[in-house]
Amino acid sequence: MMQAFIDSLWATARGLPVTLAIWLAAVVAGMALGFLVGALRFFAPRLVSWPLAALVETVRGVPFLVQCFLLYFGGPFVGIDLSPVMAGFVALSVYGAAYFSEVFRAGFNAVPPGQLEAARLLGLSRPATVWRIMVPVMALGVLPALANLAVILIKETAVLSIITVPELTFRVQGVGTSTFAFAETTLVLALVYWGLVEATAMLARATERRIERALAA
Amino acid sequence: MMAATWATIWISAAGIAIGFALGVPLAVAAQRWWARLYISFFRGVPLLVQLLLAYYALPFLGIDLPGIVAAVGTLGLCCAAYMAEILRGGFALVPRGGLEAARLLGLTPTQTLLRIRLPIAAQAMRPALVNEAILIIKASSLISVVGILELTRSAQALASSTFEPLPAYALCGAIYLIINLSLSFAARARPA
Repeated sequence: MMQAFIDSLWATARGLPVTLAIWLAAVVAGMALGFLVGALRFFAPRLVSWPLAALVETVRGVPFLVQCFLLYFGGPFVGIDLSPVMAGFVALSVYGAAYFSEVFRAGFNAVPPGQLEAARLLGLSRPATVWRIMVPVMALGVLPALANLAVILIKETAVLSIITVPELTFRVQGVGTSTFAFAETTLVLALVYWGLVEATAMLARATERRIERALAA
Repeated sequence: MMAATWATIWISAAGIAIGFALGVPLAVAAQRWWARLYISFFRGVPLLVQLLLAYYALPFLGIDLPGIVAAVGTLGLCCAAYMAEILRGGFALVPRGGLEAARLLGLTPTQTLLRIRLPIAAQAMRPALVNEAILIIKASSLISVVGILELTRSAQALASSTFEPLPAYALCGAIYLIINLSLSFAARARPA
């Protein structure tokens, strides 16, 4: 029994870095892609924005697990042959990007139209308008939603164990399979995720407060 | 795959119903320590890990549930935590005057909850509640992992028997998409 806990903690030490690395990479990539999609949907003509909208709806309407299966098992049939880690990273980034793009789009929509008109009258280029006017105006408003999404993505990484990504769930479950101590290992797994999610959420809230204070000062 | 689609629909519906039924009392008690702990746990642990807990840890404690009960139960318990958070936000929107009027009319707290607070909260929070329902339909795909035959599991079976995973999972994804889009359209079409 004690051995199972020790083994689980050892597996946690090996799996947690993989979970964190894939999560961080996917949050960064997903946010960048989501920003691009959100901006295109806001500015681009319908010919571009409507197909993008359909794409976002599709990614949001299909379970993440099914998307992982499509990419990892279906991908090789169309020439996309990725390792489990790469497939997991790509799938999580795309899934995250769909949700991030909605947050950014809402943020763009919330920028007062008067400021956009002012930017146009001042002769600002479109990228300059986005970067200098819209992003600073909406940043504080979208921050909580972005942080919330990032925390949700931590939990989605557990799904990657099903396509054999050697992350936290995969490693700790492996201990369960080899020792039959499923109850102990799963308990450790749940507690580690719980701690991780709560810690990240707290960090996000603290950062928000700090930014708000800095802006108020 | 047709039968599996129905399985996904009823499993999700049962999970959402349990989630709503438990979410209401949880939302009322949201400030108590046990409600906070419950909401924090079920929102802080991945559903996949919760399912594994229900399958592996509960029998260890002597609670041996049939697979489908454990799966639907876990889905419902997890859903309840999210529903509680949504409804808590909804309760905050109920006008004070409505509550005072209910007290003056002699309504009991339960009556006030069911006839005044809940209808107002659910109406105001409808988009969020529908969103949560869609999340649960998608999350129900995870119970394929514990061996229950639903849409994703049947797609896995189809993929391995035909050696063609692409059409199998594409069809599976399309069915989820149709279910979710119809749900969100139906919710939007209904007059507020």
